[in-house]
Amino acid sequence: MKARIAHIASNTFREAVRDRVLYNLIAFAVLLSGAAILVGQISIEIEKLVVINLGLTAVSLFGIVIAIFIGIGLVSKEIEKRTLYTVLSRPVRRWEFIVGKFCGLAGTLVVNTFFMAIGVFAALFYVSHKFVRADALVLVALYFIVLEFLIICSLALLFSSFSSPLLSAVFAFSLFVIGSFAEDLRGFAGMAHGFTRWLVTGAAYLVPNFSALNVISSIAHEQPVAAQLIWHNTLYALFYATMALSGAVLIFEHRNLK
Amino acid sequence: MPAIEILGLEKTYFVGFWRKRPKCALRPLHLTVEDGEIFGFLGPNGAGKTTTLKLLMGLVFPTSGSARLLGRDWTDPEVKAQIGFLPEQPYFYDHLTANELLNYYAQLSGVPGKERSRRVESTLQRVGLTDVKGVQLRKFSKGMLQRVGIAQAILHDPKLVFFDEPMSGLDPMGRREVRDLMEQLKHEGKTVFFSTHILSDAEALCDRVAIIHQGELRGIGAVADLTSSVHGKVEVIWQGTHVPASMKALGAECHVTGDTVRAVIDENQQDAAIDALRRERLPLIALTPVRTSLEAYFVEKLQRAETTAGSGK
Ligand SMILES: Nc1ncnc2c1ncn2[C@@H]1O[C@H](COP(=O)(O)OP(=O)(O)OP(=O)(O)O)[C@@H](O)[C@H]1O
Ligand SMILES: [Mg+2]
Repeated sequence: MKARIAHIASNTFREAVRDRVLYNLIAFAVLLSGAAILVGQISIEIEKLVVINLGLTAVSLFGIVIAIFIGIGLVSKEIEKRTLYTVLSRPVRRWEFIVGKFCGLAGTLVVNTFFMAIGVFAALFYVSHKFVRADALVLVALYFIVLEFLIICSLALLFSSFSSPLLSAVFAFSLFVIGSFAEDLRGFAGMAHGFTRWLVTGAAYLVPNFSALNVISSIAHEQPVAAQLIWHNTLYALFYATMALSGAVLIFEHRNLK
Repeated sequence: MPAIEILGLEKTYFVGFWRKRPKCALRPLHLTVEDGEIFGFLGPNGAGKTTTLKLLMGLVFPTSGSARLLGRDWTDPEVKAQIGFLPEQPYFYDHLTANELLNYYAQLSGVPGKERSRRVESTLQRVGLTDVKGVQLRKFSKGMLQRVGIAQAILHDPKLVFFDEPMSGLDPMGRREVRDLMEQLKHEGKTVFFSTHILSDAEALCDRVAIIHQGELRGIGAVADLTSSVHGKVEVIWQGTHVPASMKALGAECHVTGDTVRAVIDENQQDAAIDALRRERLPLIALTPVRTSLEAYFVEKLQRAETTAGSGK
């Protein structure tokens, strides 16, 4: 079972690499080095702030785009092209396929983020010529970004298991945008009354809470992150991704292939 | 123990976007295939052959009914390690090379690591793809993909193989090779179940055949038994312009073109026809079946179905 999942995951990773997904790293590198050189010429104090803000935001956005664009096709494309026939006629359970695909995509993103992280630290070093203890906070932000990817991957996979790639992309992207304002939505729910209150509260807790996972600007200002938040976010992301994946499995288990 | 027992599998699709109408692709089907048989599953386009295979592979779910494969429940994932499946018009991960694809499938089928590369190698050899094993599948032709499909179906040395139109897209040599391969599989004690509408292939290969039409089983049995009551036609061509009287007596319609005569007669009269030509010392050029007895049987079954369906209205 574990072996089969690992094989499916590594095939997914290989497919992403051969489809030149990692080429986005080049665009990332150009963007980051351009920004580092540019802000270096404008002002000395804010350059670190800009590099962290811009670098981490770019890591997050590039990853989200990759997660959505690969994720939405993971299942539906295989059904459409009928590559699944020769996989599911082997001793592969349908849930193993879903989990394997998820691990493969998550792995792709972790590798991608790893290289981007090296870029961010290189840019930091370029602008400030040294590392300080507070720079370790960047690692925490990167960790949260990876957690964010896990949630997005699982959601893209969930949508991919029942709808077309285009619709899945729309769903996943909307959820990402709404999720980024989850805290505001919760605040709004507190102010509403009656039925609206129930509705908004439900929605606010159902959408992924990406605001809690986004610590980029506070880290750029060198504000520390509470250990409790790290725990909380870790458990939240794992729980959310597991739920979305279970949904994907439940749907896929009962689906007639084309 | 039968290799395949189909116990009333039935499939109704719901088609249409807004108001779903039921479309019966397979009426309750009962079928048993014995261990070690080559079994042909025949039917015209849209008969329900592919639907049956997809049901058996667990790719679509039946409206009702069940099946047993190799004596076990057909949904048991472990039984799939013993089964090979070639889908119709197969398509594979085209970012992989033939070699990588087969390795991946061998892993999924649980072929032990030590054996894997040897099995992949020998299977590639068996389907004649050794020369192109390092080429990405996106650069493969249709027939080459079909060969990959056959390779992945027999890769893990399954006891039971399902082929959906194995000859489609293959050149004449390829067809010959696949026929030989199926015979080898039978020799190795495997059970082969394949769908086709090429009746001559079925006639040459199968121990038994089943004919389905509009999702319904119309006939099943050994080819010789099914065709004992119907006769095919053969075409006799000989040199000259003379048509012997004894030939006309066989009821042949003869056409004279240039310096050859072409006559179509019933299959069971071919010996008499040859004798007639011998007596008259007319040189025989060719004797070819134009409609095999299985074809005649097939057509008869389908026509009967049409007339009953027509009168039912
Ligand atoms: N996904 C589907 N949705 C609706 N109807 C379907 C679907 N798949 C098959 N059918 C219908 O079921 C019937 C049987 O189709 P099937 O593919 O099993 O035929 P077949 O015997 O394999 O034909 P062929 O020789 O052309 O491959 C057809 O009438 C087809 O229209
Ligand atoms: Mg078919």
